Amino acid sequence: MTKAFLIAGRELGAYRRSWLGPAVIAAALLLDGILFYGWVLTEKLLSAEALAQFFYIASGPMMGAAILLSMRLVAEERQTGTITLLNTAPVTEFEMVLGKFLALLTVLAVMTLLSGYMPALLLVRGKVSLAHVVTGYAGLFLLGSTVASIGLFASSLTRSQIIAAILALVIFLPLLAVWVIARFVDPPLNQFLSGLALHHENYRPFMDGVLEFHRVVYYLVVTAFFLLAATKTLEARRWR
Amino acid sequence: MIEIRELYKYYGNFRALGPLDITIEKGEVVGLLGLNGSGKTTTLRILACDLMPTSGVVKVDGLDIVADPRAVRARVGYLPDNPPLYPEMTVAEYLAFAARLRGVATGDVKPAVEYALKHTRLRKRRDSVVGTLSHGFKQRLGIAQAIVHRPSVVVLDEPITGLDPVQIVEMRKLVRSLGGDHTVILSSHNLPEISETCDRILVITDGMVSASGTEAELSRSLLGQIRVEVTVRTPGADPNRLDGVLGDLPGVITVAATRPAEPGSDIVTRLVNATEDVRGRLVEALVGAGFEVLCLTRSRHELERVFLQLAEAGGEQLSEETDG
Repeated sequence: MTKAFLIAGRELGAYRRSWLGPAVIAAALLLDGILFYGWVLTEKLLSAEALAQFFYIASGPMMGAAILLSMRLVAEERQTGTITLLNTAPVTEFEMVLGKFLALLTVLAVMTLLSGYMPALLLVRGKVSLAHVVTGYAGLFLLGSTVASIGLFASSLTRSQIIAAILALVIFLPLLAVWVIARFVDPPLNQFLSGLALHHENYRPFMDGVLEFHRVVYYLVVTAFFLLAATKTLEARRWR
Repeated sequence: MIEIRELYKYYGNFRALGPLDITIEKGEVVGLLGLNGSGKTTTLRILACDLMPTSGVVKVDGLDIVADPRAVRARVGYLPDNPPLYPEMTVAEYLAFAARLRGVATGDVKPAVEYALKHTRLRKRRDSVVGTLSHGFKQRLGIAQAIVHRPSVVVLDEPITGLDPVQIVEMRKLVRSLGGDHTVILSSHNLPEISETCDRILVITDGMVSASGTEAELSRSLLGQIRVEVTVRTPGADPNRLDGVLGDLPGVITVAATRPAEPGSDIVTRLVNATEDVRGRLVEALVGAGFEVLCLTRSRHELERVFLQLAEAGGEQLSEETDG
């Protein structure tokens, strides 16, 4: 576990010293702000509805940032050859994957915290509960971490960051759009498909301030699945 | 100590390596010599646990790389052909990261970094950003990260690639200085380089060891002779007697004239082919006959001939030709 934190620390340093991390965070926050002021605050909504709308609009930049920030995690190391340092050190593939994932989560957490002034406005000027804000952010963060795990897995498949981003989209978009397909099929398949949806069915309760245990489990399971897949991909590479 | 037994590595149906059997004793500096694609890098990557073998046994200090890869990795330092450097870090930061990654305890990281900086003469560059270093310094830093945890085995893949002549001399000294404390195994396709740096040469052809030994042993066993180049000054001695003195020595097969290695009307150079190492007797005889020995070297073309024949014709064929 210590090695995972060590790798996470180096990754954070790389984000800090490169333009990518700050640029993606700035772009996501700018988009959040524009949508919040241009869409949420201009409509006549109850405070709770406005807060739910904020979490809805914030999910887009969050998912985009997670894909953009995760595409380099393993692909760049393979491209530059620095992955050899990790491969030949007494570090397991899981520690490697976990370290990179923790670093990305930290960046996403910073981004999430920096968007806090918008719900804070609603909290101060409107009538929303702190529990709604916390639940909404928990959902937003879970959504971001799940997309980050998909991006990390895609990054472990190739040495090209662009291809990694495309692969991530190939996995992510069907999971995002599966609820649309669910509308056109009969029960019980429609329930199964909508239950798989990355955003619609599983994310909306968080937006509304409702914490449902099985929604949390869904995000954690999908995240664990893709982190495990990334780990196995890196392990398999040694035996190819 | 490194033990490799019946090692095979396949990429799909392509046999990249095998059967490979190598034993390297503690403190030895051993060079893998081979053409591109001969299997050198695959061998080194397997030793560094970067790649797993298809079959066979590889042990480092008695530990199996498949059964106990973490323990082996802690004992091995590896420099790939492209040093794995993070350009945004400083030299000291990078080495501290490499040390901690390789299991050096937090309290021992600073001395470990100092040890690596001292051995690779990088102390003045400790605060330089890695991305700004020249190729030679990057190569040194690559070696520094390979020795920062004081491994028992140091594996270097083409450590002199892309270095200028001054850097090559420095790198040679550095690699030689690692021997003794560490078992060093390096690869190269640069023949003079590997023969000057290593105690022993393993010639790799088509994924197998086709010949093994020192430069002298290889040329003697494979070519059946040793070639020596001698340059003498002839004041007070009869220059016409030189060929006679050399030819009368036991073990000498042929003596051939070549262009003098130095300018001067009384300076001559001869190429001597012998069945054994006659250098000691040769100097004694020449001095006794009144010649002044200016230079006596193994012929640079000798091992090159061995290597080219091994690489092109295959070791077995050459051995058969030599035996016959």
